[in-house]
Amino acid sequence: MKSNEPNQSTAAVAEPQDERLQKISFWKKALSRPELGALAGTVLVLAFFIVVSSGTGMFTPAGILNFLEVAAQLGIIATAAALLMIGGEFDLSIGSMIGLAGILIAIPAVEYGWPLWAAILLAFFCAALVGWINGNLVNKTGLPSFIVTLGFLFILRGLAIGISRLLTGRTQVGGVHDHIPGDWFAALFSGEVATGLFAWMASQGWIGTNFAGNPIVTGIPVSIVWWLGLTAVATWVLLCTPYGNWIFASGGDKNAARNSGVPVHRVKISLFMFTAFSATVFACIQVMDTGSADTIRGMLKELEAIIAVVIGGALLTGGYGSAIGAALGALIFGMVQMGIFYTGVNTDWFQVFLGVMLLVAVLFNNYMRKKAMEAK
Amino acid sequence: MSERTPMIEMCNVSKHFGSVIALSDISMKVCSGEVMCLLGDNGAGKSTLIKTLSGVHSPSHGEMYLDGKPVHFKSPAYALDAGIATVFQDLAMIPLMSITRNFFMGREPTVGWGPFKRIDWKYADRIAKQEMAKIGIDVRDPGQPVGTLSGGERQCVAIARAVYFGAKVLILDEPTSALGVKQASVVLRYIAKARADGLAVIFITHNVHHAFPVADAFTLLARGGSLGTFRKADITREEVLNMMAGGAELESLDAELAEFQRSDTEQKASRGSAAPRQEASSSSGT
Repeated sequence: MKSNEPNQSTAAVAEPQDERLQKISFWKKALSRPELGALAGTVLVLAFFIVVSSGTGMFTPAGILNFLEVAAQLGIIATAAALLMIGGEFDLSIGSMIGLAGILIAIPAVEYGWPLWAAILLAFFCAALVGWINGNLVNKTGLPSFIVTLGFLFILRGLAIGISRLLTGRTQVGGVHDHIPGDWFAALFSGEVATGLFAWMASQGWIGTNFAGNPIVTGIPVSIVWWLGLTAVATWVLLCTPYGNWIFASGGDKNAARNSGVPVHRVKISLFMFTAFSATVFACIQVMDTGSADTIRGMLKELEAIIAVVIGGALLTGGYGSAIGAALGALIFGMVQMGIFYTGVNTDWFQVFLGVMLLVAVLFNNYMRKKAMEAK
Repeated sequence: MSERTPMIEMCNVSKHFGSVIALSDISMKVCSGEVMCLLGDNGAGKSTLIKTLSGVHSPSHGEMYLDGKPVHFKSPAYALDAGIATVFQDLAMIPLMSITRNFFMGREPTVGWGPFKRIDWKYADRIAKQEMAKIGIDVRDPGQPVGTLSGGERQCVAIARAVYFGAKVLILDEPTSALGVKQASVVLRYIAKARADGLAVIFITHNVHHAFPVADAFTLLARGGSLGTFRKADITREEVLNMMAGGAELESLDAELAEFQRSDTEQKASRGSAAPRQEASSSSGT
């Protein structure tokens, strides 16, 4: 111990500095966080497109909101998928749940004259039920959630198509827009926020205006608010609450968790319900935005969500990951998708890029985790 | 001692896994301030018995009483709530989680109210560090993953956790198997202290030097059944050792080893005479 310690013989009580504990630099500490890879990736992708797509309008306010909105929609389901993956399970039925939820909102509202809020509540209720069934099946049978939710991927998609055809004779239902005005619940999923702020910013000349003098960007889409809100809540839950500790424990080793008194079954059921909930939020925003529902909506979204989560540093085997990482993963996804569009590269290459990025992320994460588990 | 209400009591408890009878008709009682040592071979049912007591398995037949009241634990959480803390053989630790997160897994201390209830990390870190210091492990950083600890250190985390949360009954499944001499003696001191504090302690060990000094009674299990409970006064260290190792097996092992040795020396002797011959044949072959 160094002599700069005040000369009290009782200093031992006052937390003596452990000689085995070297000062860990901020960098070293950051390296052990799961988000690091995603953060580095975000900076890289951002820098890349700032250089490559300069002058194409990608980084104008409108362009930024454009890719943020893409990221936000994915981010909403990625947050829930991240919590579930940290809890040690997959949900492959997210995409189909999006399609089914859209149908469940549109048909009662358009065909049967339900108020929109009631239709949305019905969708949320069905989502909760689906999540509950998923969770219980995984718990009771002990089957991998991959198989159980793969079953529901087809069941829910089939239900969406079947119900829609049975009741309306079509697989697309339009005309939801007419029902939105005046519906307090639908307002949560539609439109933009901070429109006043943007009008003011336009009047100050900070953002461009169109020929009529209205700002080009009128507000922040509600999806971005949902995305940031869900990410913040999920991060808070993971890092600061007992429930968060239970999620890590359930995913890390479910027997050990159960033996330590963690209600593993309840945790898993609630996580499955949360992914179904997030899929329904996604569907609500999409239906309010486009004014229609389509049974094929949300296809492959479950895999995109998993990609975002893995890029965000989560382990496929559970017990490790972060919601902020998933948000960054979704951001990368959005930037690449829109960036390829702006730079004029053939969009066929998007999927190639996505696959490569997934592999790089997994390799990087594996390497980092090994580093973290080595004696510090 | 026998007229007191036992802290924990099992009456004719059986546990079946499908067609396998893992425990049959076990009766055992442990009073507060008493240490019970479970002895028996591998596969005798010691761990199953402990897992039944701690709520991992629910008994197929029979009754369990805690402090005289019948109890049915649906999961280990209920047993923990009732004041039964267990150190499992696999330690129930999660390598990727920090020491503090593991220590308070399932029992997180919280501050705040309603939806803003959160884990009191400062308090939790302090307690984890302090409890580990008591067992003789100076934790460098309570935020480091348990996976970075050595096997003995991990065992100490599990024991410190059980001691911290065990209110009435402390159960330890081979708690000293991976420990150094110093930590093992700390654990034994812990057991003695828990007994002095009025806890009922049940533990499994294969080490007679650990079992004999602290145990008040020994229960011998074999093939899922109980061969009886022996008070310490009625039994010697050698008898305990015999029961632990299965004295008969040891004797036959001795005989076998002697046999090996004999045949070994015989072989050597015969090889001694055979060697020149072999050399001769090999030299003629080349």
